[in-house]
Amino acid sequence: MTTEEIEAVTKQGPAKPAGVTRRLGPTTGRTSEGGVLNVFSHGILVVWALMVGVPLLWVLWSAFKDSNGILTDPWGLPTVLHWENWANAWNDANMGRYFVNTAVVVGGSVVGTMVLGSMAAYVLARFTFPGNRFIYYLFVAGMSFPVFMLVIPLFFVLRDFPGSSLLATYHGLILVYIAYSLPFTVFFMTAFFRTLPTSVAEAAMIDGASHTRTFFQVMVPMAKPGLISIGIFNFLGQWNQYLLPMVLNQQEDKYVLTQGLAMIALQQGYENDWGALMAGMMIAMLPVLIVYSIFQRQVQSGLTAGALK
Amino acid sequence: MQHGKYRFIVGFLALPLLIYGVFVISPFVQAFQISMTDWSGLVGTAEFIGLDNFAKLWESDEFWNALRHNVYMLALVPLVTLALGLFFAFMLNVGGRRRKNEVVTGVAGSRFYKFVFFFPQVISITIIAVIWFNIYNPDPDDGMLNSLLGAFGLDALQNSWLGEKSLALWCISAVMVWGHVGFYVVLFSAAMASIPRDIYEAALLDGASRFHTFFRITLPLLWDTVQTGWVYMGIIALDAFALVQIMSVNMGGPDGATDVMPLRLYLTAFRDSQFGYAAAMGVAMLIVTMTFAVLTMRFARRERIEY
Repeated sequence: MTTEEIEAVTKQGPAKPAGVTRRLGPTTGRTSEGGVLNVFSHGILVVWALMVGVPLLWVLWSAFKDSNGILTDPWGLPTVLHWENWANAWNDANMGRYFVNTAVVVGGSVVGTMVLGSMAAYVLARFTFPGNRFIYYLFVAGMSFPVFMLVIPLFFVLRDFPGSSLLATYHGLILVYIAYSLPFTVFFMTAFFRTLPTSVAEAAMIDGASHTRTFFQVMVPMAKPGLISIGIFNFLGQWNQYLLPMVLNQQEDKYVLTQGLAMIALQQGYENDWGALMAGMMIAMLPVLIVYSIFQRQVQSGLTAGALK
Repeated sequence: MQHGKYRFIVGFLALPLLIYGVFVISPFVQAFQISMTDWSGLVGTAEFIGLDNFAKLWESDEFWNALRHNVYMLALVPLVTLALGLFFAFMLNVGGRRRKNEVVTGVAGSRFYKFVFFFPQVISITIIAVIWFNIYNPDPDDGMLNSLLGAFGLDALQNSWLGEKSLALWCISAVMVWGHVGFYVVLFSAAMASIPRDIYEAALLDGASRFHTFFRITLPLLWDTVQTGWVYMGIIALDAFALVQIMSVNMGGPDGATDVMPLRLYLTAFRDSQFGYAAAMGVAMLIVTMTFAVLTMRFARRERIEY
């Protein structure tokens, strides 16, 4: 394959006439090293892109095949589009119910995390008071607790919650998601609020705005880029959460998507409706796919922000 | 501007701290308490038994077996993942052909590559597990990997993958690498983009090859990021719960060959109701994780290079 062909395959090379770029450099040894490296890099990058992309595309095209086709001819493209897989997944395999459960829980917890997390972060970033550092490190320490160690006591905290058990309830799961998202949200937003100029908030205060009003009407709009990054981060993490619902949400009508998919997958067998499982995976992936396609840059920078510091 | 300051601070911190305290801090403290009891989950029946659970854990072949598998993955998965991540990131940023006025360029379409590579990072681990379960289907004609090998005439390499005792753990490790390489490509790309271009240009003018520039310039300047990435990936290798639970034969099989610590903990607690013993496993996992993180930070430390 020539480079041009590889670029055509990836459909990404900016539309430039073949050969033009090649003529630009003088034909020295150094350039040919660059050229060889270029073909070599594209070759390797394409191989990895196929290794990652094909299994994901396989889910898409399998979602239109019948179970028998998926099992006996996994590489074959669908001959007839089995749209009924999607209806079967949504209705018979309960993906519709799991989707609604997930949307309710994640909707509530993302909003809750953002509001509570940025409130705490703002206070910790902008006010000096005794215990400020202690509370900040208390939150940040939570990033290093292995969740596995916490799930056993957490299960009983929810089961024996004063009033009524929080196990397998929307609000119980929402509270837990908020609590486990707070450490990174507080860490990230504290750093973000520190970078914002103080003068605007001071002007608002002089004009007579209360602290609360200054926060919601001045600081939050200014912090929008940070809030978007951390919001996407929390949305993805909570949408894909598996361990916490597995332990705390063991009631089938309250299942979230990840649990529903795992349950179907664990009942493996030839009587299983594989077409519906694939369609169900697409249904679970769709919101994430949309967010990722639109906000590629924010998603990538948001998810890697923790490691870059 | 002191008016109402403390009322405001308390008002803004109370609810987040309360939720965090009840659902994160208190379970953390309780984990140590429960680990020293023989609790089976019934209210008020926990008996204090000191360190007996830890002694039992020390003697348990099952737990050592699981821990050993985590340690194997810890040794291999971060190394392979970070090496591939660095390699691809370098290709994306420095592997491009020469353009006018620019000595060092990224390849065309790097945004597209990053989009694809990063994709597994945004989808649920359960979906990844189901996909790979199908790829590893042991049937020589129906399995995705096996039929692909057959089509290339590599029938000799066909295998039962997850059903093969000596291979199953490595099959699962491969999925971890597959899923996380993209994260490090993006992470290292961002870090590489902040290295000034003129350092490369100077080195190339002095006759250094691109491979030299990688080991003499890129890697030393990225060392801090590599180190953090190593800790992240190590923590993931010490987990592996969802992949093992969904993909492996009989959860942790065949014959215990893919058992990992979190799976032991989960089954001990929520299948066998031995919560005290399972909590001790949790504490042991904390110790293993912390030891790994501290050792990595300590031995990987290099003098920081400012640029």
